[in-house]
Amino acid sequence: MNLETIKSELEAAVPGCRLELVANPSPSGQHSLRIDAAHAVAVAVCLRDAPGLRFDLCSNVTGIDWPGKQTTEKVKLRKLVDGTQQEVEELRTTTTPGSLEVVYHLFSIEKKHGPIVLRMSTQDRDANAHLPSLTPVWRSAELQEREIFDLFGVVFDGHPDLRRLLMWDEFVDHPMRRDYVGPDDYEYEPTAHDEVLRRANQHLSEAAAKLPSEAVGNQQSETDGNRLSEGGGR
Amino acid sequence: MITDASPAAQPELEPLSETSEEQLLEIAMGPQHPSTHGVFRMNVVLDGEHVVRLKPVFGYLHRNHEKIAESETYLGSMPYTDRLDYMCPITNNWAYALAVEKLAGIQVPERAEYLRVIVGELTRLQNHACLIGFLMQDMGSSGTPLMYAFREREKILDLFESLTGARMMCNYMRFGGCRVDLPAGWLDQAKIVVADFPRFLDEYEQLLLSNEILMDRTQEVGVLSRELAVSAGISGPMARASGVDYDIRKVDHYSIYDRFTFRVPLGSHGDVYDRFMVRLLEMRESVSILEQAMRDIPAGPIVDPKMKIRGFRPKPGEAYGRIEAPKGELGFYLISDGSPNPYRYRVRPPSLINLTVLEDLCLGQNVADIVAILGSIDIVLGEVDR
Amino acid sequence: MDEKLKNELSRQGIFTTSLQELYNWGRTSSLWPLNFGLACCAIEMIATTMARYDMARFGAEVFRPSPRQADLMIVAGTVTKKMAPQVVRLYNQMPEPKYVISMGACAISGGPFKQGYNVLKGIDRYIPVDIYIPGCPPRPEALLDAFMELQKRIDRQQLTGADRPRHLNADEPSEFPVPRFGAHDLEPANNPNVWKAPLVQISQTGTSQTVLPQAGTDESRNN
Repeated sequence: MNLETIKSELEAAVPGCRLELVANPSPSGQHSLRIDAAHAVAVAVCLRDAPGLRFDLCSNVTGIDWPGKQTTEKVKLRKLVDGTQQEVEELRTTTTPGSLEVVYHLFSIEKKHGPIVLRMSTQDRDANAHLPSLTPVWRSAELQEREIFDLFGVVFDGHPDLRRLLMWDEFVDHPMRRDYVGPDDYEYEPTAHDEVLRRANQHLSEAAAKLPSEAVGNQQSETDGNRLSEGGGR
Repeated sequence: MITDASPAAQPELEPLSETSEEQLLEIAMGPQHPSTHGVFRMNVVLDGEHVVRLKPVFGYLHRNHEKIAESETYLGSMPYTDRLDYMCPITNNWAYALAVEKLAGIQVPERAEYLRVIVGELTRLQNHACLIGFLMQDMGSSGTPLMYAFREREKILDLFESLTGARMMCNYMRFGGCRVDLPAGWLDQAKIVVADFPRFLDEYEQLLLSNEILMDRTQEVGVLSRELAVSAGISGPMARASGVDYDIRKVDHYSIYDRFTFRVPLGSHGDVYDRFMVRLLEMRESVSILEQAMRDIPAGPIVDPKMKIRGFRPKPGEAYGRIEAPKGELGFYLISDGSPNPYRYRVRPPSLINLTVLEDLCLGQNVADIVAILGSIDIVLGEVDR
Repeated sequence: MDEKLKNELSRQGIFTTSLQELYNWGRTSSLWPLNFGLACCAIEMIATTMARYDMARFGAEVFRPSPRQADLMIVAGTVTKKMAPQVVRLYNQMPEPKYVISMGACAISGGPFKQGYNVLKGIDRYIPVDIYIPGCPPRPEALLDAFMELQKRIDRQQLTGADRPRHLNADEPSEFPVPRFGAHDLEPANNPNVWKAPLVQISQTGTSQTVLPQAGTDESRNN
């Protein structure tokens, strides 16, 4: 199945859609098609129903986090300084907002071909992290899109039941994002190094700071089994 | 008053009247429950004995495998894949190794492929045997069929232990082959175990298939239609029991499965009985593949000699590799950015996706059928929650 | 009573015992575990109850599905933070005397998954544990060994005196607070009455060692 031919077929069938071929440099040869959010459902229906394509199995839905980048560069400008034109160097910072990407792997059970890889990106990682849900097209996307909502924070418009899948409902973070910082849990290692060592040193200094004022109190306080204080020095 | 038990003579039952919300009973099955195959919870709303709504709750075993893999090297994630579907550790390893081999373009030598097929099919045998045992146990047979299944499983685990050093978490596959070669006498021992297996299958069939209780409890229960199976991405024996002719061993032609002659059993009704029978027949086919593989295995290296694992950095790119695991289509999607750790590591869990249709299968059924239906889907929570 | 006298009498057909021995023997020989497997270790636990490594001959005849009828909770597998409140609740529902075996690396300290945001780094953060079994997964023989160790421990328990077991001591709690789901983590993160955080000290040469438990910790958790 040539991705070029599929692309032209889709462009003919769904007018106005913007498709982009994304080459995959690895030896796997699985190139992907980036589709725009506005026509995603129409493209998906065409992929599923067109007689030559018949991609009826949506096998895998993956979320990917591409965090934003801030790049600073020196730019030479001509500016009016003290009445004379001078060349001035300025630091210009460009911020790319980053995006969350959703990748769909499609196969065909009827024609036994595939995979076709579709990609959709959000505009940013905050308020505009919305994408159309492909669950009305392929039911198998239902739980997987819920998981991406839970772990990445992408809101799928049109999903029949969008709530958290793996974490508890009161949880507010999106743990699979690259900038997620987990709670400090006192993981214990006999030979601590790197991150665990840094945190262990931090715990030690926090405990030492607490010791003079509270040590006596801790040893003598009533340990009532039903009344808990904040544990562990968070 | 003696009533004739034949269907034609059953008195016409009045349809249930509209039950108001207050009369519905909501129960939580799980997470600690004898029959939920692990920490799985279902919020079931009942109207008497019939299921009105069923909402599964996942995440009780969410162990952050994908996040941990982003900070591990590629090979460092291999032992974690053992713990995904913990009934079949070796096929998990295989799927991951396949995905990395696709990503980096690594070839696998002949002997390694045969070794992979042998241990993979042995894993399939013990998984299906245990599943049928657990299904029987859940339906109330107090553990005896499970004992028979575990007896066979122990034989296969002994083989794994003498080969890899561990009963369960074998960590056997490497990128480009296998970790360790067969010790002397292993193949003969394996041939004895495989030759003995059909006797166990006959014993099981004889014990259970003419069992009236089993027939009653599994036939026409939890019927999954072919269209729903395809749309919901159901894979593995569950899909094949609904008539979907899709076996990744035959479709993707991965590894050396093209060299073996084996059939793919298909069901027609898509009920619990069909899912059970498809697995029984698949076990027979696995025995046949094993006999062929053990007969034909050549000598040679077990790892690609060009493969260097120290400082392994695949070129930037991505790959999706999948196999026909005993539970269904197990896939790994890897994105590499040229560093020793994967940028994104995703497991496509067959058990989770097979659970998409749990509510559809259970609606209108009795509470006791939920257990049979869940058992026939064959889930392992390590894979569902990762 | 003198051991030699006891043996002599028993050879003559007279059996002597004490109330403590009888009481301990009754509890030790019929420890019924709770049917409670979390993850991979549960499969090895099931294998231990199957015909090859039969655990029933040690007294664990039936695995009870209901915590109200069980004496022993074998926490087999990773305890996630989502599951932790349920584990503590189940522990609270078990009647005294009750014991906990922490099976596998995950239940001891988080195991291979200890970096996880959803993984509880050991069930002993919320409930007291009697026996720890290392391994990933521990072999069935290891579980049997732990079971026998627990039986020996129960045999040694005194009915009266300062080191009597928890259930005979009115001051000791038998129910522990259940953690709640917070916005980022469980609240509280652990139970300080049950668990003290290990503090790691770095020496001058750069090697690390664990600081010994802080003064004031109660060492004995009542074998």
